[in-house]
Amino acid sequence: MSRLKGRRIRERIIELFLFLAALSSVAITVGIVGVLLYESERFFRHVSLVDFLTDTQWTVLFADPHYGILPLVAGTAVTSAIALLVALPLGTVIAIYLSEYAHVKAREILKPVLELLSAVPTVVFGYFALLFVTPLLQRVLPDLPGFNMLSAGIVIGIMIVPYVSSLSEDAMKAVPAHIREGSYAMGATRLQTAVRVVVPSAFSGIASAYVLGFSRAVGETMIVAVAAGTQPSLTLNPTQGAATITAYIVQVSLGDLPHGTVAYQSIFAAGLTLMVMTLAFNIAGYLLRKRFREKY
Amino acid sequence: MRNIEKNIARRKALDALFAIVGLLATFVGMITLAALVVDLAVDGAGRLSLKFFTSFPSRFPSEAGILSAWVGTTLVMLVTAVTAVPVGVAAGVYLEEYAPKNWLSALIEINIANLAGVPSIVYGLMALGLFVYQLNLGHSILTAGLTLALLILPIVIVATREAVRAVPATIREAAYALGATRWQTIRDHVLPYSTGGILTGVIIALSRAIGETAPLITIGALTFIAFLPEPPLKAEFPFVSFDWLMSPFTVMPIQMFNWMSRPQHEFHVNAAAAGLVLMAMTLAMNAFAIYLRHRFRKRIKW
Repeated sequence: MSRLKGRRIRERIIELFLFLAALSSVAITVGIVGVLLYESERFFRHVSLVDFLTDTQWTVLFADPHYGILPLVAGTAVTSAIALLVALPLGTVIAIYLSEYAHVKAREILKPVLELLSAVPTVVFGYFALLFVTPLLQRVLPDLPGFNMLSAGIVIGIMIVPYVSSLSEDAMKAVPAHIREGSYAMGATRLQTAVRVVVPSAFSGIASAYVLGFSRAVGETMIVAVAAGTQPSLTLNPTQGAATITAYIVQVSLGDLPHGTVAYQSIFAAGLTLMVMTLAFNIAGYLLRKRFREKY
Repeated sequence: MRNIEKNIARRKALDALFAIVGLLATFVGMITLAALVVDLAVDGAGRLSLKFFTSFPSRFPSEAGILSAWVGTTLVMLVTAVTAVPVGVAAGVYLEEYAPKNWLSALIEINIANLAGVPSIVYGLMALGLFVYQLNLGHSILTAGLTLALLILPIVIVATREAVRAVPATIREAAYALGATRWQTIRDHVLPYSTGGILTGVIIALSRAIGETAPLITIGALTFIAFLPEPPLKAEFPFVSFDWLMSPFTVMPIQMFNWMSRPQHEFHVNAAAAGLVLMAMTLAMNAFAIYLRHRFRKRIKW
């Protein structure tokens, strides 16, 4: 009898440990949000929120510091926009091709090889952008500076293609066969079926893929730190070099920055801005998915 | 009638055209991957020699090597694997086998999905504020390993859940019928059957961690390290030492980044060589994962 009781207690203890492990993922989120808010709150004791959002200069490390996040946000927006212009069309076309056109055997080979692209360390992509893509672009645009957002954006775009294509393809594969067959029975071609039936039905999943692609583009660090430069400048011209939010954090971290200074706190404020941007886009994606969800 | 024929011909032409466009789009990705590898090889292959692996970084590009970088990467990965694998597998098992349907389970699920979208540099900021300055772990191998462990935890959890879910319910029912408890069923039956899937996920997660640069720069990894951490094994009692955990460090991608950001071309050659080694590591890990997945899928027939 007591053996059974001991067994039951042991079972409970093990379950408790497993539960704590699962709860640790929530602790990570709490930790992230907590640290960002704590240090940002100290930052905003020195810098007013209005200055932060409206000043057009970001010169934290200078003798006459300005704390306007706009130049960094502009740099992030331009590189991400270029990346999405590359990744969304390319990723969607690849997903349609793999899901609706490619032979099963071809897909079994093409998909893992394509996914290797997302396994390449981003610092290697940075090297590729700076010393391969930029010189290549300079042949077409001779005035292009060595550090520019165009080359960084294009390479980020290619890096996130597999995220977009894999998730979109999974969503398209999940569309029930009878819906597709109905379309074929009406005489539609594969392209018409894909564009008018499969893509709208899988829209919810495709939107998730786009949102993840956006998060990756905004948060990408090493490619922009290497290839787009670290000079904050308020410009929307992609042929210029400019720092992004992430590149600024890297630049500051590389120096020996004393704990507790405003410059130290500024990287947390920058990180918080980054989180707010991704969060806003995630919520937008969630609303979009809810609006267009197809039920079958 | 003519019109309809024309219409059909046009639609078929568009359909065939898309087949070509789709194939081309897929090839854009592959060609980039090939160009990247070839570019690195052309620039850096000449630098690869035994001396490159056994030398510390140096002011002179021709004498600089990656000894401290690959030792650092190995030790950091050790800490990452030792922390992320048990916690991730335990969390995955809990969510798949135990979790009741309530708001707390739902919260954990949503949270794991959202963590996948958090930029890796934000993990670095969290580690800087929490591990380095609140817990006083310093700019050490331990901090770096823990940071990357948190980063890959969601990947390990998701991989574990998928592997555990793939074990058919009949296996569990058979174990319960013989009087096994829930944990005995999991330990003796569910986990052994899902080892292949979990291992695949762990290797892919570690290959992600090996290439991570930004969070480690954020926590203050040094870029110029000309010494090795304390060895973990010692000649005198108690034979093992954990001093290396608190040692400053550098890792492969940071070493590469450091060489890349110098103006001299000779250092760029070193960066390319380091990049080649890094690529070889990640591609080998991914190839091994694909092989494992294939092998386990073939071998297990329920």
